[in-house]
Amino acid sequence: MIYKETGQYKSSYKSDHAIFPLLQDKIAFSTLMFIAFLIIPFVINSYWEKAILVPFLIFSLAAIGLNILTGYCGQVSLGTGGFMAVGAFSTYKIMTYFPDMNIMIIILISGLITAAVGIIFGLPSLRIKGFYLAVATLASQFFLVWLFNKVPWFYNYSDTGQITVSERTMFGIPVTGAEAPSYATYLFCLVLVVTLSFAAKNLIRSKMGRSWMAIRDMDIAAEIIGVPPLKTKLSAFAISSFYIGVAGALYFAVFLGAIEVTESFDIMTISFPVLFMIIIGGLGSMLGSFLGAAFVVTLPIGLKFLMVDMVGLSAVTAKHFEITIWGLLMIVFLIVEPHGLARLWSIAKEKLRRWPFPY
Amino acid sequence: MRIKQLLIGITASVIAVSSYVEMAIADLKFPMLVYRTGAYAPNGIPNADGFVDYYKMINARDGGIGGEKILHPECETGYKTQVGVECYEKNKKDAMVFQPMSTGITYQLIPKATADGVTVYSTGYGRTSAANGKVFKWIFNAPVTYWDGASIAVRHILKNNFGNIKGKKIALVYHNSAYGKEPIRTLQVLSKKHGFKLMLLPVDHPGQEQKATWLKIRKARPDNVLMWGWGVMNQVAVKSAASIKFPMDKFIGIWWSGSENDVLPAGQGAHGYKALTFNAPGDNYQVHKDIKKYVHDKGQASGDGSHFGTVLYNRGLFQAMVQVEAATVAQKIHGTSKITPAMYRDGMENVNLSAKRLEELGFKDFAPPFKNSCENHGGSGLAAVQQWDAKAKKWNLITEYMYGDSDVVQKLIAEDSSKYAAEQKIAERCN
Repeated sequence: MIYKETGQYKSSYKSDHAIFPLLQDKIAFSTLMFIAFLIIPFVINSYWEKAILVPFLIFSLAAIGLNILTGYCGQVSLGTGGFMAVGAFSTYKIMTYFPDMNIMIIILISGLITAAVGIIFGLPSLRIKGFYLAVATLASQFFLVWLFNKVPWFYNYSDTGQITVSERTMFGIPVTGAEAPSYATYLFCLVLVVTLSFAAKNLIRSKMGRSWMAIRDMDIAAEIIGVPPLKTKLSAFAISSFYIGVAGALYFAVFLGAIEVTESFDIMTISFPVLFMIIIGGLGSMLGSFLGAAFVVTLPIGLKFLMVDMVGLSAVTAKHFEITIWGLLMIVFLIVEPHGLARLWSIAKEKLRRWPFPY
Repeated sequence: MRIKQLLIGITASVIAVSSYVEMAIADLKFPMLVYRTGAYAPNGIPNADGFVDYYKMINARDGGIGGEKILHPECETGYKTQVGVECYEKNKKDAMVFQPMSTGITYQLIPKATADGVTVYSTGYGRTSAANGKVFKWIFNAPVTYWDGASIAVRHILKNNFGNIKGKKIALVYHNSAYGKEPIRTLQVLSKKHGFKLMLLPVDHPGQEQKATWLKIRKARPDNVLMWGWGVMNQVAVKSAASIKFPMDKFIGIWWSGSENDVLPAGQGAHGYKALTFNAPGDNYQVHKDIKKYVHDKGQASGDGSHFGTVLYNRGLFQAMVQVEAATVAQKIHGTSKITPAMYRDGMENVNLSAKRLEELGFKDFAPPFKNSCENHGGSGLAAVQQWDAKAKKWNLITEYMYGDSDVVQKLIAEDSSKYAAEQKIAERCN
């Protein structure tokens, strides 16, 4: 009875359409926001910022982006790394061309550029599906990374192909560059992630989101009832790429500060991990994107902390264990709970509803 | 029932985590970013073993540096930048010096460490223009830079061609990353100066796929091949060169492409392969005897101890020795054994490893003398050529330690570092 919904009546359309219709959810969500906005910024240190919170926020955004495309619209994509690179390099180019532009605007424009690129690479999805589409998006991953490494214009003809961020401020406080305080970079990412998550949640509940899901569930049926495949698929590609592009821009400008495209946007460092995030978190679930990102970002660090700092294993043995445990967990997850952490959460909610006699 | 167990588990782990208190650090902390896993492990392991053995030897023989024990926590990066950042953030508190052992992580740490006031020592790698101490206050890359290396390789080729390489073709096989791209600029300038043609052949990470590269070499028949490789790329390149019967004595690697691991897989085919180096091969220096006595004979060797005396192990010894020497110098300057990271930087800047000092430290004839200064964080710029003898399975030094083309290199360093200073709004020091 902890999670009790009886007696909560919806007496208006507005309350019926609320994102969190239950009182308990509202309380939980406001508490979370209270902690995230008003407590964490005061206690954060650079380790929590650089190793856990900022990467978690950025990868959540990338996972939301991929979830829109794969989880909601059913188009498998392995091009996440390539699209994040588009976001990062757009940010870099705009930053160097317009030194006075506000960083928030730069990042949003980079998202729009990535959306345009996403539409171009989404065109094959009108003809091919499933594994074939996965291979086509894989090609975009390799092509984009190759492009940014090959054409010196993208990295302003620097000798090493590295791109480095320069300092930018919001309200007079630096949010990019090495001097940026931890709370500033964290809050900057948090504001973007919270705003864009709300936007995504509402998009999914709108006509557009419903048409994505219709295409995902059966594209021919969707077409017959009047959902245009061209517009729907390309809009999913565009919006998904926008989110991934913003994530890439933050990954470069706020998180790492200096990036080399072949290493930082490699398929093994970005594309697969982000895909794992939405599989582990839950396909077609907003909460799943966050849970998956949290799981993938914190698991290696948690395991390392447990094995090296607590148990006292050597760093390399711990790493070997980590790789093994990671592989095992993937298999276990796919067998035991193919719907991901989001599904576990809803099972937990069921149990809490029937507390103290769950079955 | 299951929930109960879960709850007990969670409570237990929360108690365990909260009872974890960070160890009080009274000693000198030299955090290590290592990679004993991944595509670069064959090179990462011997190097890390060299570091650890040297630190252990100093702790056992001298009781630490000026009485302060050395702490050397390892953090496994797998050569990944993002993990490197995590390792840095985790260990930066009270850290004396970071040795990232990766050009990517070094670039990542240059602005961060400068802001945090932590020394970064990238021994013969990383950002070449960090040799300019006027701009890069916290970054050191002595004793020699990639641009020196490129010009030393060209100098060696010049010498073998009686001073004239006009119209000759030199190919550069390089790791397609910031590391591999480092020498290109210098080689372009040198190709104009000496009139040779430069052929650029990138190899993508991790470097296992080089068929197309060596097919091109077979077709274009360059007179010399230079290589900037690391990890598994080195072995594959040496093997491929042997299989297309490229004359091995015309094939010169940078100092990171010249270890036993790189040539042994090619067997007899690797005979005559050359590589640059800034430290001597072999295992019969005084420092090796001390490590045998104080570390290996007590069964405390790092890893399995099988890399003792190999090229990269020896380089690890050299790197660790410079880092320890910097602490000694800092203790002398500031008159205290308990040095802070800021004091340590002063020590690193005033390191003066003369031939006499090297002998005292057990490194007689192991490496050429060098010294740092406020302006110069790049050391002597000396490197020699070593050649692989596949029959004896041994590297031999075949030249003296020589300088690169300092006119060219110094100009490029000044150019690149002033660009960086303008970008980051850094005022020059040491004036």
